[in-house]
Amino acid sequence: MNYHWNWGIFLEPSPEGAGTYADMLLSGLAWTLATALCSWVIAFCLGSLVGVMRTVPSRAANAVGAAYVELFRNVPLLVQMFLWYFVLPELLPAGLGAAVKQMPDAPFYTAVLCLGFFTAARVAEQVRAGIRSLPRGQAQAGTALGLTLAQTYRHVLLPNAYRIILPPLTSEFLNNLKNTSVALTIGLLELTARARAMQEFSFQVFEAFTAATILYVAVNLVVIAAATLLERRAAVPGGR
Amino acid sequence: MRLTDVLLLVALAAAAATPARAQDLTGTLKKVKETGALTIGTRDASVPFSYLDGNQRSVGYAYEICLKVADAVKAHLKLDKLEVRLNPVTSATRIPLIANGTIDLECGSTTNNADRQRQAAFTNTHFLTATRFVAKKEKGLDKTDDLKGRTVVSTSGTTNIRQINEINAARGLGMRILPAKDHAEGFLMMETGRADAFVMDDVLLAALVAGSKTPEAYAISSEAQSRPEPYGIMLRKDDAPFKAVVDAATAALYKSPEGPALYEKWFTQAIPPRGINLKLPMSEAMRKAFANPSDSADPAAY
Amino acid sequence: MFGNLDLSVVTASLPYLFAEGMVFTLTLTALAASGGIVLGTGLALLRLSGVPGLTHAAKLYVELMRSLPLVLVIFWFYFLVPYLGAWATGSPTPLPVGAFASALITFTLFEAAYFAEIVRAGIQSIPKGQSAAAQALGMSYAQTMRLVVLPQAFRNMVPLLLTQTIVLFQDTSLVYVLSLTDFLGAASKVAQRDGRLVEMYLFAALVYFAVCFTASLLVRRLQARTAIVR
Repeated sequence: MNYHWNWGIFLEPSPEGAGTYADMLLSGLAWTLATALCSWVIAFCLGSLVGVMRTVPSRAANAVGAAYVELFRNVPLLVQMFLWYFVLPELLPAGLGAAVKQMPDAPFYTAVLCLGFFTAARVAEQVRAGIRSLPRGQAQAGTALGLTLAQTYRHVLLPNAYRIILPPLTSEFLNNLKNTSVALTIGLLELTARARAMQEFSFQVFEAFTAATILYVAVNLVVIAAATLLERRAAVPGGR
Repeated sequence: MRLTDVLLLVALAAAAATPARAQDLTGTLKKVKETGALTIGTRDASVPFSYLDGNQRSVGYAYEICLKVADAVKAHLKLDKLEVRLNPVTSATRIPLIANGTIDLECGSTTNNADRQRQAAFTNTHFLTATRFVAKKEKGLDKTDDLKGRTVVSTSGTTNIRQINEINAARGLGMRILPAKDHAEGFLMMETGRADAFVMDDVLLAALVAGSKTPEAYAISSEAQSRPEPYGIMLRKDDAPFKAVVDAATAALYKSPEGPALYEKWFTQAIPPRGINLKLPMSEAMRKAFANPSDSADPAAY
Repeated sequence: MFGNLDLSVVTASLPYLFAEGMVFTLTLTALAASGGIVLGTGLALLRLSGVPGLTHAAKLYVELMRSLPLVLVIFWFYFLVPYLGAWATGSPTPLPVGAFASALITFTLFEAAYFAEIVRAGIQSIPKGQSAAAQALGMSYAQTMRLVVLPQAFRNMVPLLLTQTIVLFQDTSLVYVLSLTDFLGAASKVAQRDGRLVEMYLFAALVYFAVCFTASLLVRRLQARTAIVR
């Protein structure tokens, strides 16, 4: 194999003038984490809302919730990314569209919104499954105690449902983290994009990708460890 | 269909297990002899070097040069038939794909420089171009310093994005530099207002402007961000026999009347898909480069 | 706001979009799904085999693939497969692998990790008593799996495997990053050539939605039917 390995490449300065290639990859990791966390906030809130809508006793709410999930689940993420980035600003009134496009860090905000809405559909499915898996008696007990529907969800159903769906939510969180790499197509300088840029500048393909791989695996391990801790702390005492 | 690729893979694995026939050949020539095929890397939007026409077929100046090279390889190996396969590449994927054998010749707009010569080999220069940027006229951007604090886009994997990064760092201009996948996308990001300027080789910028919906709305910077640098067709490194065949073929083509005729066809006449004319007659430097074919990466050599 | 849409761009490029792009996408999906299910089943069996080295190797592979973004894996394999091919065949030079073959290998190997988890869950859903009974009858591990466990497990898994195939169909759009001409790649090449992003991307979204939504409805109906049988 006539490939010239050079593991020292990480300590060489990158042509961007802002430190070494290692710094370049770490800045990519920072963008990956920032995008993943911000979009997760949207996904979690919106997903919970949509999931709840699919379980409340209202046909209209059920239908809206179902439509949301189908729409965002059945279009590839990359296409959704293009719709947010290239199509949406053109459909806005001209002034607003131009303002959106000239925003600094537009790829970041676009990626956060796109991933947030995309992952929300998946979170919604988990939340719905969690609520459905609770015994009916819980909702009825809430009503019997004189709680309104909103209070029943807030104090009885959701806290229990979240505990049950913590493992699948963790895996959705990790999916969301991995999906941030799709945003390299709209110019987000996240970890995969930086590994590619390093490859282009230094021609050391395999070193760059190996480093990115190790960073992704490390982040995964940290998230899984954190989720395990959270699961233990959130477990209902004496439950199961 | 591309299913044939899969079958070919199986056939190749079988072929590799049996002793090779063409013992005296090495590298790419040996591979071509054995498989009867040569793979050319093509571009989506390197107008007029290698791009897709109205029917999504590869055309272009560098593409035609590569077809001539393929003919020469066929004649050299005394093959009855040579299948020319096309494989789309981007600025970012072309060098690894040359190195890993996916493509044998890269026909496009690849700058030949000393850095890249450590990764790949280049045949004789087929064009000379400098880095500039294009912006909407209304923005009034013309000099490098005008880009201070602006958002600019360039194609990832090009020498241009590297140069603009270096200029940005050296002069402290504070630009935001976005990478685009290919030239068409980069131009589009400037056209739709995602970026203030698109930094690229000037000839590609001229072609993109001419092919746009409103050519009069764009201006290319008067100040260049690099000296005119040579474009070459890329091939695998350390493959002297193949390079010798390719060098001989391109040198013969450039020195014959056919070379300048090919140039005229793509730079001074209407080209597909929309019949635009780039109106870029041969420069003195280019005439010299054709008269004395060279694969030098040094801009001063031209 | 949709007033100045130019749909002629879409109609003019329909043959290219479908005959070239969609055929690429569907062929890639079908072949990668078949390969992925076969390889995934193999991985699941290894992981459940209880043989220390094999179990760990299968687990490591599945977990590694599942912790990496597909985009990164696509780049990895596009650049790496020819070297792997050269290593596998003992050839001194990298083996040329076409873009389609490379994408097929990537998706098969990547999706196998996801299929393996579905198959593993499917196998584990079959009560232990059944394999115990099969072993009591003198069947080997292979016989137990082939004749008793897998037929039932697959029946339960079919909806999940199909759903994952729909995900795979959507994921193939990521070959865009390599400039290959799948359905989205074809749409974006036309879009960029003609400066008609809005029309082409909306149309692409519509087609993907129609295909995936219809397919997922069919899967749900199938699920309802197999659920009754179960």
